[in-house]
Amino acid sequence: MRSEPYIQNKTLTELRTDLQKVQEGVALALIQNGYTDFAQFAIRLCLEESIVNAFRHGNRSEPGKVVQFHCKIDHESAEFQIQDEGVGFDPAGVPDPTAEENLEIPSGRGLMLMRAYMSEVEHVAPGNMIRMKYKNGPDPAQ
Amino acid sequence: MSNPTSVLNISDEAGVKKITFMQKSIIDEVVIHQIGKEIVAVIDGAAQPKVLISFNGVDHLSSAALGVLITCHNRVRVKNGQLYLSDISKPIFEIFKITKLNKMFQIADTSESAMKNFK
Repeated sequence: MRSEPYIQNKTLTELRTDLQKVQEGVALALIQNGYTDFAQFAIRLCLEESIVNAFRHGNRSEPGKVVQFHCKIDHESAEFQIQDEGVGFDPAGVPDPTAEENLEIPSGRGLMLMRAYMSEVEHVAPGNMIRMKYKNGPDPAQ
Repeated sequence: MSNPTSVLNISDEAGVKKITFMQKSIIDEVVIHQIGKEIVAVIDGAAQPKVLISFNGVDHLSSAALGVLITCHNRVRVKNGQLYLSDISKPIFEIFKITKLNKMFQIADTSESAMKNFK
């Protein structure tokens, strides 16, 4: 069992390469801290969604703009903070993708997945920073 | 049918285009874009497409991949075709349930059972 928490503070400059490095480090830390397969799946998905959102929607894929990534993982919880250089957005303004009239719209599900899988999701004003926490424990009933 | 740059395996079984993925993870945007292009080409190439997308061996997908599937669903529907999804692992099926897309897509447990449903 890992005794020291896994802490990372990184400036991500390139989406795919940096995201992969983040995912590899986090995956190892989750295994070392006894997270279940379900938790590993959930966290990998949420990191993918949040970091892609930060680069694509926050930074609008503009060259030179970076994403700040912070994480702290121990056997109790995995906490993440992702901040982009965009102007932010109002999460309340995102349409519910599960509403009947929105079901066939191809986009807008990343945020919903993060809220579903993570124990806590917080958008920090003006909306260009997201904090997510996964509390380690038994898998939720599926 | 597959080519060296393809990200999919596409075969024809009794008039049904059966599609499987070469990757275990469908999360890379470039790959997802290519997947979308190839499946749309299959759909556009048929007057009334019958398409089966099997997720056999797939252990991860992102919301961007869901977007491609929705686009495919919409295109098939416009042409009065049929689209089935099959062989979806439990964790990935959970994504479909969370997003309620399990209600929109026709989903079968296995490719074999899906094949029986095509008219």
